[in-house]
Parts: sequence; structure tokens; C-alpha cells
Amino acid sequence: MQEFRVERAGGTPVQGRAHVGVVASGNLEVLCEPPTSPGARVIVRTTVDGFEPTWRAVLERFLTRHPIAADLEINDFGATPATVTLRLEQALEELA
Amino acid sequence: MTSPTVPRNWSSRAEAKAARLAAARNLRTGKRIDAADAITFLETVIRPGDRVCIEGNNQKQADFLSRCLAAVDPARIHDLHLLISVIGRPEHIDLFELGIAAKVDFSFAGPQSLRLAQLVADGRVQVGAIHTYLELFGRYFVDLTPAVALIAADAADADGNLYTGANTEETPTIVEATAFRNGIVIAQVNEIVDRLPRVDIPASWIDAVVVADRPYAIEPLFTRDPEQITDVQVLMAMLVIRGVYERHRVCRLNHGIGFDTAAIELLLPTYGESLGLRGAICTHWALNPHPTLIPAIESGWVESVHCFGGEFGMEGYIAARSDVFFTGADGSLRSNRMLCQTAGLYATDLFIGSTLQIDRDANSSTATRGRIAGFGGAPNMGSDPHGRRHASDVWLSLARGESTIERGRKVVVQLVQTFRESGVPTFVERLDAIDLAHSAGFALPPVMIYGDDVTHVVTEEGIAYLYRARNVDERRAALAAVAGVTPVGMECPTERATALRAAGLVAYAEDVGVRRSDARRSLLAARTMRDLVDWSDGLYAPPARFRSW
Repeated sequence: MQEFRVERAGGTPVQGRAHVGVVASGNLEVLCEPPTSPGARVIVRTTVDGFEPTWRAVLERFLTRHPIAADLEINDFGATPATVTLRLEQALEELA
Repeated sequence: MTSPTVPRNWSSRAEAKAARLAAARNLRTGKRIDAADAITFLETVIRPGDRVCIEGNNQKQADFLSRCLAAVDPARIHDLHLLISVIGRPEHIDLFELGIAAKVDFSFAGPQSLRLAQLVADGRVQVGAIHTYLELFGRYFVDLTPAVALIAADAADADGNLYTGANTEETPTIVEATAFRNGIVIAQVNEIVDRLPRVDIPASWIDAVVVADRPYAIEPLFTRDPEQITDVQVLMAMLVIRGVYERHRVCRLNHGIGFDTAAIELLLPTYGESLGLRGAICTHWALNPHPTLIPAIESGWVESVHCFGGEFGMEGYIAARSDVFFTGADGSLRSNRMLCQTAGLYATDLFIGSTLQIDRDANSSTATRGRIAGFGGAPNMGSDPHGRRHASDVWLSLARGESTIERGRKVVVQLVQTFRESGVPTFVERLDAIDLAHSAGFALPPVMIYGDDVTHVVTEEGIAYLYRARNVDERRAALAAVAGVTPVGMECPTERATALRAAGLVAYAEDVGVRRSDARRSLLAARTMRDLVDWSDGLYAPPARFRSW
């Protein structure tokens, strides 16, 4: 079990809440809420240790592609980066 | 002109065959041999150093005969040169450990890839070469003609005619190469019947028939449970349908094995239908009888399917859909691996498949450290055949135009997630295949699909249209643009990816009209094995291990 945070300044605040995915093997859930303070804050909780650089790269890319301000919570159960990106994109599309 | 003092004997092979069979005459009644005499029969007709072909592929296996061969006395029978499509059974490896065989030419070793790598490392087996199916079959007719072939059939009649039914596969090819060059053909059958449903191999090509202790081994290798298809695979399938099949209007194609391509098959009647693509794509197939194609067939998408082999459980469904499948007068499927490989090589416009590793130049490999897996047929499907001389709109749409003589190209797609399970990157700087070749002493690294044959790479990130690249730098950048956060992918900054998208070398989901939020399992035409059975009107009978009811 590993937990870490990724933060990024600026961005447009999201409106409303989104919840996609499930905490099941090879999957993850993403909760997205309006920012409690400016910028984006992501809390990652993952059952798989040792992939923090990959997580940071995935989140960095996502926040570059979609400059949002939001509070994001990710509960991961061994998802691949493909699934992580898909769930993040789906959370955004749910808000749109 | 002088004549040789000793006239040459031009019939030595025929005489040698006759002598071997004569030595075993007490063990044969007509062509029948008793199962209890099978080991002695093999010891009598096989000679040390013989090239022996065991029918064994990734579907059916002549396992009774291979078990008998592994039980011969190594003092009598040793140093055989084994010819086999798929080293799939433990006793195939035992043959080398016991010294019965010393050399092998093969195509695929999936299930035994670890043990084979160990034997090679220990110097217990000499690997002639790892082939594609077509190469191996081709060599049976040139320099690797078998002295003895051990094959499997469903049934024989009293004369020795054989019925191979839905799983005909490569039996006719092996038998033809052996029988017509004075080799000895021994067939194991499940039963002897008075009247065969149809004759797949004529009796005059067969020398001995034995009823096996149990039906030949068979694996339902191409059955994929829709339950295990993920949302990401649905997304990638949507990208393929829009960005490759719809764009190029692909009608004649082959799908590799796996959940990625199963997802495409299951999206045709839903997503494909919503795009109005029925009849415009995916009409003619060179394909094993994938159960996941049933919904597309039932929805009127599929004109024809020619099969490499059979698939356990699909027999009844196929027999009831003879407009679509190649079937015999008895109604059952006729498969033929060599002919379907030829069809896949020359008569299809597209191959799509997955792999384990892809390098910067799009070379792909399924070889990983400590395993010698081999190829099977994918390199035949996944290559641009230089002998092709007929045009199609798809083929011409990829014309390179570097010459005044126009020439098209086959669409060769690699479909992968940027990372495999457990966080291993698919895109790598150096294929494990290179190190494997060095350590095993192979002349060539076992590359599955050469990069210069790959026209498209599809990942969850998007599509790289590699065939549109004007130079190596552009090609590598396009590949990196879909390689995600792998080390290879990190080399492509967002600005470069944006430029490549604008130039049409790369497309992300939004560029081809795919909404990621639509990528959900609910879009699959069948989400369970039960759904597939229902689509088939109860004609598809999945093997027990795939049934939860």
C-alpha cells in the first residue's frame, strides 16, 4: 500500500462531482470534486508499490492535456496506466 | 562418354520404406496396429537419426503417438530430428531429456517455452530454426521431408481412409510431404467406423492406423470469455474500428488471438452498426472459429470465414451456418492450416494482433528472457507480401509513391496497451529477443513482426499511422506519440504530438470521433459466455471450463 500526492497550480475549476470506476482487481476508482483551494490536488492510494514515477507521469500528462482545478481522489487496485487515464478522462466527460 | 561402374539405385527410398514395413509385418493386420504394439511398432520402423514429424499444433495433438515415442528404448531409437509445429506437450520435451531426439525444427513452443529454453541452455537440444507455419510446411517439401509422420484423426475406416473433420488443420500437409516421398505415415484415431462422414485423407497415403487409448488432445485455444474484456480494450477496439477499419474500408482481414481483437469482434454489431458500417467493413475473414465472432455473424456482418483449425464447442454452430464457413458434404467444418495461412498472407488486406514488446522502430516480439516461444502464423499474416500482384482499394490507399510504378501495401496493425499488467512497459528501447538470440546461439533474434511491415500502431492513447511517415525520425516520433508514459513515449513532447496530429500521422480518440466515456463493457454485443450461447440459438456449446451455469 502506498499513498502520495500530486499538486499543480492554476487551472479552471470543475463544476460538480464525478465518480467513475470501481475498486476491483486491475481497476480503480476516481472521485473528482470542485477544488477546496486553487489548483489541482490528487491523492493516490494504490495497492501496488514502486510505481510512483509512472503515476506522476500519467497525472502530469493528464493535467497538461486538461488544465483543471479540482480535488481528485484515486483508489487503485493495480490498474494499468491505460485504465488510469481512461477513468480520469471518463470522470471529466461525466462532468462535461 | 564413360558409364559408372555401379549403376545407381533410383528407388532406394521406396525400398527402405518397404524393408521397414516388412520388419514390422507381424505387428500389422492390414493397416491396423494394436495400441499395445504401438511402441514396438515405432521401434521397428524408426531408425536413429530419422526426421520424425509429430503432428502437434496449438489445437490438436497426436498425443497418443507422442507418448508412445517418448516410451521407446533410447538405446534403439535416438538422435531423432523432430519436426513439429507446436512443442506443446510435456513428452515433447521428454524426448530430448531422454536422448530419443537431439534436434528440432519447429514453429511455436508456447506451453513448453520455459523448459525448451532450459534445454537449449544446457546444450541438450539443437534448434535448427524457429519458423512460421508456412516456412516449416514449405520445408517439409524441400529439405526437411519426414521419414516418419505421426498424425491424428477423428476416425478411420477398415481400409485406412481418415476423417479429420473440423480439426483437419495441418494433417493433409504433413501426410502429403511424407507419403509422396516414401516416408511412413502412422495415424492415431479415436475410433474405427464402418462408414466415414467424409474422407479427408485417402487410405493409400496411410501406412498404419492405431486406435488411441483416449481421444486426441485438443485445446479450445481461441475461446475468449467476454467477461474478461476491459473498458480499455473496448476503447482500443473503438479506435481500430473508426481509425483503421472505417478509414481504409477494410473488408478482407485476419484477427490475431486475444482479448483485444475479441473486443473488436464484439463491437461490430453494436458500435459498428451505429456507424452504419455493416457491409462496408469486415466481410471476408481468414480466421479460426472465434466464438466472439458469433454476434457479428448473426447480425449479418460476415460473408465468409475460412479457418486454420477448428475450435472446441463451435462444431454445431458452424455446421448450421454453412453459408459462412467452409464445410464438407457431411456438413462439418473443413479447416486447413496451410491453405488458410496462404489466404491470410496473400488474400487479406489487414492483419491485427497484439504483442508483448515493441521497439522504437515498431519491431515486435513475444520473446522474453528465459523463454523460447516462437512464432506460429502471425508473421505470415503480419507481413506485406512482396509477391502480391492484385490490387484492392485498401491496399492502394497505403501506396508509398516513391516510384513511378505504383504499389500498394497490406495494413499491418499492432494493438497494445502501453503497459502490460504489473506495470511492465510494452514499448522498450531494446527487444528481449536480441539477448535471447545471443544466449541461445540463434542466427536471428526472434522478431514476430518486422517494424518496416507495421503500418499502424494502436494503443489506448491513439493511433500512429506509421505508413505516412516520410523518414525514420517522423516514424519514431509518431510511435512515441502513442507510447504513453513509457520511456519511449516520454521522448515525444506534447507539442510534437500536436504537430503530428495536425499532419495526420497520429490520431487521438477525439481526432477520430471516439468518446472515451462511451468505452464501456456495456457496448459489447455479448458480455458473458452465456450471451454467446444465446446469440447462437444454443448451437454453440462452450467447453465446461468456460461455463458457469
